[in-house]
Amino acid sequence: MRPMAQIAMVMNLDKCIGCHTCSVTCKQAWTNRRGTEYVWFNNVETLPGQGYPRRWADQNRWKGGWERTRSGRLRLRAGGRARRLGTLFANPDLPTLDDYYEPWTYEYKNLIDAPAGDDMPVARPVSQISGEPLDTLQWGPNWDDDLGGAPEHAPKDPLVEKVREQVGEKIRFEFEQSFMFYLPRICEHCLNPACVSACPSGALYKRVEDGIVLVDQERCRGWRMCVSSCPYKKVYFNHATGKAEKCTLCYPRVEIGMPTICSETCVGRMRYLGVMLYDADKVTEAAAVTDEHDLYPAQLESFLDPRDPAVEAAARASGISDDWLEAARRSPVFDLIRTYQVALPLHPEYRTMPMVWYVPPLSPVVEAVAASGHDGEDAGNLFGAIEGLRIPVEYLAELLTAGDTYPVEAVLRRMAAMRVHMRARNLGEEPDPAVAHSVRLTGDELEDMFRLLAVAKYEDRYVVPTAARADADALADSHPLDAACPVGAEPGRPVLLNLAPTRRTV
Amino acid sequence: MDLMLWGVLPYVVLVLLVGGLVRRGRHDRFGITTHSSQLHEARLLRIGSPLFHFGMVLVVLGHVVGLLVPRALTDAIGVRDHTYHLIAVSTGSVAGVAAVAGIGVLVYRRLSVPGVRRATLRSDPLMYTLLLGAMLLGLTATVLNSAGAAGDYNYREGVSVWFRSLFTLRPDYGLMADAPLAFKLHILLGFALIALVPYCRLIHMVTAPVQYLFRPYVVYRRRAPGGQPARRGWERAS
Ligand code: SF4
Ligand code: SF4
Repeated sequence: MRPMAQIAMVMNLDKCIGCHTCSVTCKQAWTNRRGTEYVWFNNVETLPGQGYPRRWADQNRWKGGWERTRSGRLRLRAGGRARRLGTLFANPDLPTLDDYYEPWTYEYKNLIDAPAGDDMPVARPVSQISGEPLDTLQWGPNWDDDLGGAPEHAPKDPLVEKVREQVGEKIRFEFEQSFMFYLPRICEHCLNPACVSACPSGALYKRVEDGIVLVDQERCRGWRMCVSSCPYKKVYFNHATGKAEKCTLCYPRVEIGMPTICSETCVGRMRYLGVMLYDADKVTEAAAVTDEHDLYPAQLESFLDPRDPAVEAAARASGISDDWLEAARRSPVFDLIRTYQVALPLHPEYRTMPMVWYVPPLSPVVEAVAASGHDGEDAGNLFGAIEGLRIPVEYLAELLTAGDTYPVEAVLRRMAAMRVHMRARNLGEEPDPAVAHSVRLTGDELEDMFRLLAVAKYEDRYVVPTAARADADALADSHPLDAACPVGAEPGRPVLLNLAPTRRTV
Repeated sequence: MDLMLWGVLPYVVLVLLVGGLVRRGRHDRFGITTHSSQLHEARLLRIGSPLFHFGMVLVVLGHVVGLLVPRALTDAIGVRDHTYHLIAVSTGSVAGVAAVAGIGVLVYRRLSVPGVRRATLRSDPLMYTLLLGAMLLGLTATVLNSAGAAGDYNYREGVSVWFRSLFTLRPDYGLMADAPLAFKLHILLGFALIALVPYCRLIHMVTAPVQYLFRPYVVYRRRAPGGQPARRGWERAS
């Protein structure tokens, strides 16, 4: 066992209101510079939809992530090392600006400076790339927000295409029959990062202490392999500096115990940040399991329980400080992923072992039940609907469990059970223990889960240990202090206190 | 004059090259990049860039062989002059034409695609001019020479011998006196280009990432302390 620590995130999709506050605050903090006009380290997509960059999830096109070779080893989907060096001069899998969008601004100045005349002055859109006016805006980072233009755009969603292949049924995008939810996305800070593995210069790296994946700006040479190899398309090319840039998990904040900016400003309070311990020896094996459906359970098993004394001892031995162990024990992320198992990884089939997990939304199910005139908080109705509503469940499975509907249904049932249980509580009725039992939890556990998902306060949602404490602990280990107090030791002899010589001469 | 051009200039170029590389390596690692413009335009790039780069790799290899392998050696292993020139001229011109075609596409792209044009660096015009000039003169010299227009000048007994004498620090600059003009100009432009390498985007070629073939896939680094050697002036107090 080789325990390593990772700062991980969980997002509760039921609570995302699609306000894009996270995207805007992130952009203002990190990517409001020239060269990154089109870059959103955090973006919020409406699903079903094409996302940003367009159809990023279509790995037949972009060749992101890993694939398992016939001999059972992992190889980058875009080819082995020699092949990648061969495509160094023109990366065949790189999205161009058209796939993101051409960033623009408006000629605001014109509103004030235009000479007096009969017509109202207008602020025309101007491309931030060519500086030329744009006649018609064609696409933007949230062009299909709230299912806008869904009849045209949503059928091109790669997941919709897959579900249609499997269920053989068309997802309808008429207003009253479709389902919809938001998916905020940042870099996954993967345990088996494809971006790091694809960088020819070795400029990208994963930090040992907290698992944050970063680009060393001094070593990046602009080969762009990371951009195409990240299956989530979360490394971007700064076209002004010629260097790759990506979400840093706001490491300057995380290091001093503060949550990331997207978490801090999340209006829906749907983000959770905390420590996960995992066994580094198991990562490669777990990422290379034969059946894609086993990827989620395999990753789940590579996590370590910080309350297990054996884990604790091994973690200490590999240099994880007490402060971090304590944070791992209090981690809300661990509870959602492991204890209650209501969070699932995003696209585990890319085999990068992502570390931003999602609690799937129950709302499409609840709304469908309510729309049919039934009680949306009745256990029977909800459980029945989870089984009956094949398309949303299949869709969520394509998103979160490589197409395996079983875990998605199980999670949704837990969420439904929590809903039913809490309604009884709120109405002052005695909750039916059979409901909790049917999802293999107790009533108390359901209530604890409810507290975590619904009412958790700031300090319960973000449990981030500081790097400074870890440094101090490491320093203390390397320079053990004298056990005894110098004052009073060996009576009769003068005690030397650690005073600076400058002070003594004053 | 000959002394200045063929006896002194080569060393000046070397100093500019090495000095520039060291300075960039010490003080401006952030600036070392390919400055790729693939984000703006990919279709033309995917034709032009591999043609140019692979062509150039062959061209450079050809120059190394032509300049460094003495005639005595090829004679000794039984390669006759005629065969040698046949091989050199045929592979050389294929590679050269590929590289020129590639750079042609790239220059056209740079001028015609608005995004790429805006991404042009200040050093680019000079770099492209020298590069194109050197390449075209090189091709001209080869064609003229093999067509016999320059008499029967054999660069392996003139230019190459002079070039090797540079390493002995006693350059035999007199040898260059009777080289044809096209050769001389090609060499001068080549020198200018080499001297420019550290000061323009060409510097990315010295960071060709061969080590990728040998390192493990995932790179781990410590956050400091002790992970990275501190930058100069930022060392921790001990
Ligand atoms: S999600 Fe982040 S860590 Fe994972 S491959 Fe992409 S950029 Fe790398
Ligand atoms: S700020 Fe929170 S609620 Fe708003 S879009 Fe972002 S994740 Fe969703």
